[in-house]
Amino acid sequence: MKFDTPAGANPTDRMAVLGKAHTHVEGPLKTTGRAKYAAEFQDAGPDLAYGYILGAAVAKGRINSIDTSAARAAPGVITIVTYKTVKPLKTGGFFVQRMLAGPQVDNYHQAVAVVVAETFEQARAASALIRVDYAREKGSYDLAASKDTAPPSPTEEFGGPPVIRVGNFERAFAAAPVKVDETYTTPDQAHAMMEPHATIARWDGDKLTCWSPIQQLDMGKRDLGMIIGVPKDNIRLITPFIGGGFGGKGTTQSDLALAAVAARQAGRPVKLALQRPLMFNNTTHRPKTIQRIRLAAGRDGKLTAVSHDSWSGNQPGGRTEPTALGTRFLYGGENRLFQRYLARLDLAEGNALRAPGEAPGMMALEIAMDELAEKLGMDPVRLRVLNDIQHDPEKPERRFSSRPFVQCLEEGARRFGWQDRPTAPASRRDGRWLIGMGMAAAIRGAPIAKAGARVRLDRAGIVTVETDMTDLGTGSYTIIAQTAAEMMGVPIERVNAKLGDSTFPMTPGSGGQLGAASSTAGVYAACMKLRETIAQRLGFNSGDVDFSDGQVRSGERSVPLTDAARQGDVVAEDSMEYGDLAKRFEQQTFGAHFAEVAVDRFTGVTRVRRMLAVCAGGRILNPLTARSQVIGGMTMGIGAALMEEMAVDTRFGFFVNHDLAGYEVPVHADVPHLDAYFVDEIDATMSPVKAKGVGELGLSGVAPAIANAIYNATGVRVREYPMTLDKHLDQLPTIA
Amino acid sequence: MKAFTFERATSVQDAAAKAGSVQGARFIAGGTNLLDLMKIEVETPTHLIDVNGLGFDKIEKTREGGVRIGALVSNTALAADMRIRRDYGVLSRALLAGASGQLRNKATTAGNLLQRTRCPYFYDTNQACNKRKPGSGCAAIGGYSRQLAVIGSSDKCIATHPSDMAVAMRVLDATVETVDGAGQTRTIPIADFHRLPGDTPHIDTNLKAGEFITAVTLPRPLGGEHVYEKVRDRASYAFALVSVAAVIQRDGTGRVAVGGVAHKPWRIEAADAAMPQGPQAIASRLLAGARPTHENAFKVPLVERTLAAVISEARAA
Amino acid sequence: MSNPSELELSRRGVLTVGAVTAIGVSAPVLAASENATTGASTPTIPVSFEVNGKAEHLSLDPRTTLLDALREHLHLTGTKKGCDHGQCGACTVLVGGVRINSCLTLAAMHEGDTITTIEGLGSPEKLHPMQAAFVKHDGYQCGYCTPGQICSAVAVLDEIKRGVPSHVSANLTDRPRATGAEMRERMSGNICRCGAYSNIAEAMAEVAGARA
Repeated sequence: MKFDTPAGANPTDRMAVLGKAHTHVEGPLKTTGRAKYAAEFQDAGPDLAYGYILGAAVAKGRINSIDTSAARAAPGVITIVTYKTVKPLKTGGFFVQRMLAGPQVDNYHQAVAVVVAETFEQARAASALIRVDYAREKGSYDLAASKDTAPPSPTEEFGGPPVIRVGNFERAFAAAPVKVDETYTTPDQAHAMMEPHATIARWDGDKLTCWSPIQQLDMGKRDLGMIIGVPKDNIRLITPFIGGGFGGKGTTQSDLALAAVAARQAGRPVKLALQRPLMFNNTTHRPKTIQRIRLAAGRDGKLTAVSHDSWSGNQPGGRTEPTALGTRFLYGGENRLFQRYLARLDLAEGNALRAPGEAPGMMALEIAMDELAEKLGMDPVRLRVLNDIQHDPEKPERRFSSRPFVQCLEEGARRFGWQDRPTAPASRRDGRWLIGMGMAAAIRGAPIAKAGARVRLDRAGIVTVETDMTDLGTGSYTIIAQTAAEMMGVPIERVNAKLGDSTFPMTPGSGGQLGAASSTAGVYAACMKLRETIAQRLGFNSGDVDFSDGQVRSGERSVPLTDAARQGDVVAEDSMEYGDLAKRFEQQTFGAHFAEVAVDRFTGVTRVRRMLAVCAGGRILNPLTARSQVIGGMTMGIGAALMEEMAVDTRFGFFVNHDLAGYEVPVHADVPHLDAYFVDEIDATMSPVKAKGVGELGLSGVAPAIANAIYNATGVRVREYPMTLDKHLDQLPTIA
Repeated sequence: MKAFTFERATSVQDAAAKAGSVQGARFIAGGTNLLDLMKIEVETPTHLIDVNGLGFDKIEKTREGGVRIGALVSNTALAADMRIRRDYGVLSRALLAGASGQLRNKATTAGNLLQRTRCPYFYDTNQACNKRKPGSGCAAIGGYSRQLAVIGSSDKCIATHPSDMAVAMRVLDATVETVDGAGQTRTIPIADFHRLPGDTPHIDTNLKAGEFITAVTLPRPLGGEHVYEKVRDRASYAFALVSVAAVIQRDGTGRVAVGGVAHKPWRIEAADAAMPQGPQAIASRLLAGARPTHENAFKVPLVERTLAAVISEARAA
Repeated sequence: MSNPSELELSRRGVLTVGAVTAIGVSAPVLAASENATTGASTPTIPVSFEVNGKAEHLSLDPRTTLLDALREHLHLTGTKKGCDHGQCGACTVLVGGVRINSCLTLAAMHEGDTITTIEGLGSPEKLHPMQAAFVKHDGYQCGYCTPGQICSAVAVLDEIKRGVPSHVSANLTDRPRATGAEMRERMSGNICRCGAYSNIAEAMAEVAGARA
C-alpha cells in the first residue's frame, strides 16, 4: 500500500481500541519473570558454550603479540578467537567501529579475544590468562583540545550539510539590540540499558541463528552479514524482548558479531554477554559536544538571527552529533547559520542515543533562550510563543504538517502553575533549599518508513500479527495489537502480536522514534488487505464493509468474522510505503517541559521536586504506554541534567567510570512524581494511523528545563552539563 | 575470577589459623565487596573460608555501658537496632546512607570496615595502581580524580576509603576486637585500624595475616545531637563526595569526622576542639595541609559548607 | 542433529595439523587447531537449597554465584543479570524473605537456604498483588529490571512493616511509614533505565495502602 496523500477517514478513526489506555499486553510475562530475553534461550543447543571478551588494555596502538597458550590450556576452554584465527572482520553499514582489534587497536576495550569455554566461570577466568603485548600509539582523546583544528564535518545522512545559511546572519547579529553568544558543553553519555548486550549464536550449516537484542532487525542482519561475510539471507535474528536499548542496540554490536564468529570457530552454539564494565568503552555512546549558540532579537523579543555551531568527535568515518537538527525548525528568525565540525578522536564510537541531535542540541539552545528571555526581561514561555513559526524557516513555502507547539507551552504553563515562578533568580527559599522553576521547549523529528506485517485470522477467531518490529518496553506489542483489533473489529484479547523475529515481514524496527508510527501503519496495510480478502470470502461485494464487534457488516447483512476462517486461515501480508509527504511537509513532534528544583544552599546539590511535560506526538495510540515513554525520557533527562558523564582520561584515552557505580544514572530517590500530558493532535500527513512517536520527544528539552530551574534557584548560570555541585559551589552565597 | 577452593568454617580458631597459614586464603562473609573485586581479578584468593556459620551476629551491652557489635551483624541489622538508633544515631544514619537495601542486608560490620577503595583506577586492571599492584604506579594522579582524596594522600596513592559506617565509628571512638590463629585477641582503636597510603598503599589496615575481626565495640553513649550528612550527586545508592559525621552537644562542643576525603575516616583533635568556633574554624583544622587535585579541589570548600549544614541541623534539633 | 560446519571443522582440524596458515584465506575459520582439547574440568562442590518451594541439589564450580546458579543451572531466568557487580539490583531475590543481590553471593554460601525468585512470587495466571500493581500502573517498560524491582518492592514493604529505618526517616526511633519518600529511598538499589520510577512508586503505594 502506498501512502502519498494525507489520510482521510478510515477504520482507525473509530478509536474503540486505539487511543485507549491499555496495559502492556506482555505485562504478566514481564512481571513474573517469564518474558525470555535473547540470551535466555538456553535451548539453542544442549552443547551451548560460553564466550567472554577480553578488551584492549590500550586506547590506540598495535598488538605486537598475543599469547593464548595459558588460556587455551585452562580448564574447560574450547577455543579462543583473535584476529589471527578469523578472516578480517569488516564494518557494518551503520556503526563504523571494528568489532575485533588486531593488529590495530582503535579504542580502549575493543575486543582483542573471545574465549569460549564450557562454562561462564571458565571462560571468564581463562580470558585473564591471555597475554597481549601492545605498542601504544599516541591518540587524540580531548574534544576541547581538538576543537580549534576540527574540520567541518562531511554532509551526512542524519545531519545534512555542514553549513546551512539563510539570509545574512553576521549582519543581523551585529545590528541586533539584544543578543546572547554563549558556549555550552554536553558530556559523553552512556546508554546504560539494563540488559547488557548479550547474544546466543548457533550455526546450522551455513545458516546462522542469533538470539540477540537488536532494535532494528533488518539492519542488524545486514550489518552482521557485512561484518562476518555471510549473506544476509542466511541470518536469522530473534529477540522477542529487548531489555532497553536507547540506540545502543540499534544494530550489530560486538556481542552479536563475536558470538557468531566464536560459534563458528567453536563449532558449537555460543552465548556471549558483554560484562558491564566493558560496555562503556567497547560499544557506542552519545558523544560529547561543544556548542556555541548565538541568538539576536529585537526589543520586542522577535528573533532576528539564530546560529548554532557544534563540535563533536569520532573515530574515522563516524558521524557528527547533529545538535542543530531541532534548532533549524523550532523558532523563527530570518537570518540563520548552522555549522557543524567533526574532530578525530580515538575514543569508542559516538553514535545514536535516544534523540540524537535534539537531546544535546536542546540542552544548549534552550539555556540560550532562557538567557535571552532574561536579557529581554521577558517571560521565557512568552518568548517562545512569540517566536513560533508555521513554516520551515529554510523553505518558507513548506508548512509544518501539524504544530501545536504554542498549545504545549501554554497548557504546560497553566498546568504547572508557571505564573507562580519566582521571576528574580535566587529569590525563593524553603529552609536550607533554594527553590527555582525553569522550562524548556522540546522538538524531535517525526520520521516514518516502510514497514510490513502479516495478519492471519484463524478458525478460533484469533488475529495473529507478525512483524519484525521490536519491543524495548516502548509498547510495540500493545499498540500493534490495538491497531489490529481496531482494524479487524475484535477485542484486543483476540489479537496475538508476534514480534522480534527477522523472518517476519520487515519494519524499520525501533529507533529514531519511528517505530510506533511505522509499524502500526504496516499493520494497517496488512489489515486492509485482510479485510478485503475476508469481505470477498464472505460474499460482500460493496466496498463499504464495516468490521466491528466480531462481525462483518454491510448494509443490512451481518456475518460473524470467524465465518471467514471456517475453511482455513485467512492470511494477508502487505507493507506501507511512502510518497513525498515528508518532503512537502515538515513533520515534527513538539513539547514543553517544566521543572521545579531545590538546590541545597550549603552543599550545592540539586534535587528535582516536580516536573511536567506537555507533548504533541500526533494520534496517541495508547495514552498509558505513551505517557510511560515520556516520563521515561524525563527520568533520563534528570540524569543528563544532574549526574551523567562518562569521564575521559585524556592521557590514556578511555572512559574511566565504566560501570554502573561510576557512571551514575538516576535512582528512585532522584525522581519525584512526574506528570505528562498530550495535546489532542492528529497528523494525517504521517500515515493512515495519523500517529507520530513520543519516546525521544520525552527526553528532548528535559535537561535544559532543569538547568534553567537551577539558575532560577541560584542566580548562577552554569553552561556545562551535568550540573553537579562543583560547577556552582564557589558562586553560591556564602554561609553565615 | 580465579579458581579457588571453598570451605565452611566451623570454628573461629581453625578459620584464623588457616587464613594465617594458607597462602592466598581469605575469609568471606557478606562477600559484597570481595566477590565484586574477584570477578575482575583485583582480588585473587585461592582459598575462601566462609565464616557465616560462626555466629558473631549479636549486639550486646558491654560492662562499660557501651555496646559490642558482632563482626557478622549485617549493616541492616545494625542500623535497625533500637539501641544504636537511640544512643548512636550517627552510626545508624551513616549505615543507612550507604549502599542499597540489598547490599546492607548482606554486608557485615567487619566487611564494611574492610571495604576497599572505589578508585576507578584500582578497579581497572589495565591501569597502574600501587594499591592493586605495588610498584606499578598511580594512574589516578593526574587522571580522573573527582572522587579521590584531598588529604593524607601520598605520591603513591590518592585513594579514599569508601565506607560511611567507618566514619561514624571513628567519631564514636569505636574499637575493633580481633583474634588470630593462635587464639590471641587484641583490641585496635578505630583511629589505628585504617592506614594512610604512604609508600604502602596496598596495605589498607593494620590487621595481621589471618587476624579475624570478632566485634566492634562502642564506648558509652555520648549524648548530644547525632548527624551524618552525606553529599553525593545522586540522591541515593552512591558513594560520598564528602560526608560529615558529627556528635554535637548543646553547648556547641562536640566531635566530627569526615569521609570521602582521605584513605581513612578523617578526624583531627584540633578540629574537635574548634567545634564551638564554627565551620570555618573546624574545616581549616581538619583540612590543614590538604593537597587536592584540580578535579577535587571543590571538596575543600564543600567540607566547610557541609559542616555548616550539620551544625545548623544540630542547632535546629 | 549433525552440524555440517562442525564436521567440516573437525575434518579440517585433522587435515591441517601443522599447516595453520595455509587454510582459511577463503574460509573464515583459519585455525581449527585453535580449539583446545577440552576435558580438564573444574572441581565442583555440592550445594543444596530450596528455590520457590522446590529442593534443589546442585554440583557447582565454587565460583558460581547464586545468580548464575539460578539462571544457568536451574534455568530460572526471571532473575536478571544487569551488571553482575551489585550496582543495579536486577538480580534481587529473597533469601529467607530478605532481599539481596544474587550476583554478589556464591551459591555455595546458601547451603540449606530458602530462596524465592520472581517466578516464585506469582505466575501470569496468578499474579502476586505487587506484580498485578506493576501491570496496572505500568511500573516497567523493557521489563529487564522488573523482577528485581518487584522482589525488592515486596521486601521493602516488609522492612517498613518490621520497623527498619531508612536514610530519609525523619526520626530514627519512630516507626517508619510507607510514604513516597520512604519507598523511593528504599527502592534506590534497583535501577530502571527506562525510567518507570514514578509508576513503580504508585504501584507500591497501592499495595501498601491495601495492606494498611
